[in-house]
Amino acid sequence: MDFLSYLINGLGLGSVYAIIALGYTMVYGIAKMLNFAHGDVIMIGAYVAFFSISDLGLPLIPAVLLSVAVCTLLGVLIERLAYKPLRSASALSVLITAIGVSYFLQNAAQLLWSSSTKVFPGVIPSGGITWNGLTVSWVTMITISVCLVVMTVLILFINYTKTGRAMRACSEDKGAATLMGISVNRMISITFAIGSGLAAFASVLLCATYPSVNPTLGAMPGIKAFTAAVFGGIGSIPGAFLGGLLLGVIEILARAYISTQLSDAIVFAVLILILLIKPTGLLGKKLREKV
Amino acid sequence: MDERKTPVLEVQELGIDFGGLTAVNDLSMEVYDGEIVGLIGPNGAGKTTVFNMLTKVYQPTRGTIRFLGEDTAKKNVVEMNHAGIARTFQNIRLFSGLSVADNVKTGFHGRIPYSPLTAIFRLPSYYRKEKEIDEKTKALLEIFGLSEEADNLASNLPYGAQRRLEIARALASQPRLLLLDEPAAGMNPQETEELMSMIRLVRDRFETSILLIEHDMKLVMGICERITVLNYGMMLAQGTPDEIQANPEVIKAYLGE
Repeated sequence: MDFLSYLINGLGLGSVYAIIALGYTMVYGIAKMLNFAHGDVIMIGAYVAFFSISDLGLPLIPAVLLSVAVCTLLGVLIERLAYKPLRSASALSVLITAIGVSYFLQNAAQLLWSSSTKVFPGVIPSGGITWNGLTVSWVTMITISVCLVVMTVLILFINYTKTGRAMRACSEDKGAATLMGISVNRMISITFAIGSGLAAFASVLLCATYPSVNPTLGAMPGIKAFTAAVFGGIGSIPGAFLGGLLLGVIEILARAYISTQLSDAIVFAVLILILLIKPTGLLGKKLREKV
Repeated sequence: MDERKTPVLEVQELGIDFGGLTAVNDLSMEVYDGEIVGLIGPNGAGKTTVFNMLTKVYQPTRGTIRFLGEDTAKKNVVEMNHAGIARTFQNIRLFSGLSVADNVKTGFHGRIPYSPLTAIFRLPSYYRKEKEIDEKTKALLEIFGLSEEADNLASNLPYGAQRRLEIARALASQPRLLLLDEPAAGMNPQETEELMSMIRLVRDRFETSILLIEHDMKLVMGICERITVLNYGMMLAQGTPDEIQANPEVIKAYLGE
């Protein structure tokens, strides 16, 4: 029974990673860049949710919606101000800019809200459902459900809507997409909006599990989710989902059976192993050289 | 030229420089409504560069492009497509990871618009618009003999079918002017024969004018009503197929002294 409960907890944590990983993988798929500020968007989302619940006294759902709205706007703004001017610059310049944006957000948060940790109010009742001695907490159930809903909606959006098709077209060949009347800039904006909006969901789910809010809150989940995206095959949406879940399960099992201190090291060791065996990640596409 | 027809495209003294190199200079030509016009010339004459200027991939250095009577100086690539110019590519540029049907559907992007929010929340208008896109895509695939391949990846199509799919995708944006860049490249005589009747069918059925670049003289002389010849970025001659075939300058450019 222990194993089963670890597995379910792992899927819960993995669901959060998967939602964050979607932001990395979608942005990479279309803009071909790694948005290292993504983790810090989660942090901003957590603060927005925290203040709207604690200070404004909003109930959970409106607080989440407010957080989604702020994060979506922030994502689009970051892209417009920091990345768009570098559209034709080298990948390295964009990468360094992303790291810069990440530090900017962390320090801005520190300046605005101080570096002391705030306790996130318990928004989801503790306890859960017990069945045959196996307890699954409400938080875990809600987290896994939200992840499944998000994945389904996103896959439907990408595969069966005009905007989704246009996004895939941009990901394949920006020049040809433009000539078909698709505005690449608009598609990149929409991608950032979706990825950042999802980050807000992740932030609330994360804070429901680990109820502390501070300016570096996004760093570790950010890097883990990035690992998950690479693990599953960066650029692939089902890959992000699979990578996130696997990473969460591996982390929890490693923590339970091997060592709490070493769990992160084990997670990254598995990543290195997978990349040695399959460099494109689990579901990643083979890279094609353009002639 | 026929007096009753109106010009779709009017190009005047068009030119472009890349650094110190003049790739195209002083090109003036028209394409009239419903016409099939050929753009020919030896390799490196600047034909594809002209296409890239007409679609605004390159901004012309000199001259004017008027499309449907409007000056296009301020339009970008996306706006040119929305204005009604669509094209195919010399080296096929399909979205190879998308299905055949989805490739055509991307062509409708600017023609059947709806907001991404409508799609996320699946409002009735989303279903209506997607149904419209779906039906129009099916009709296009039918015409181009690609119905059976609708769900296959574009990259799995045989070469000739990929060329047809490119034309279908371009037509999805309902162009008034279709630019075909070497549509017969790599085709055998029989396929070229079929392509010729297909180009005529496209012109009649989709009410679009066609400007095409081609090296296959049988195709050019067979379907073009008028031909412009480029050589070293300059216009060498302009006229009907008979006039071009009889033009000593053209013969010299193609065969040497």
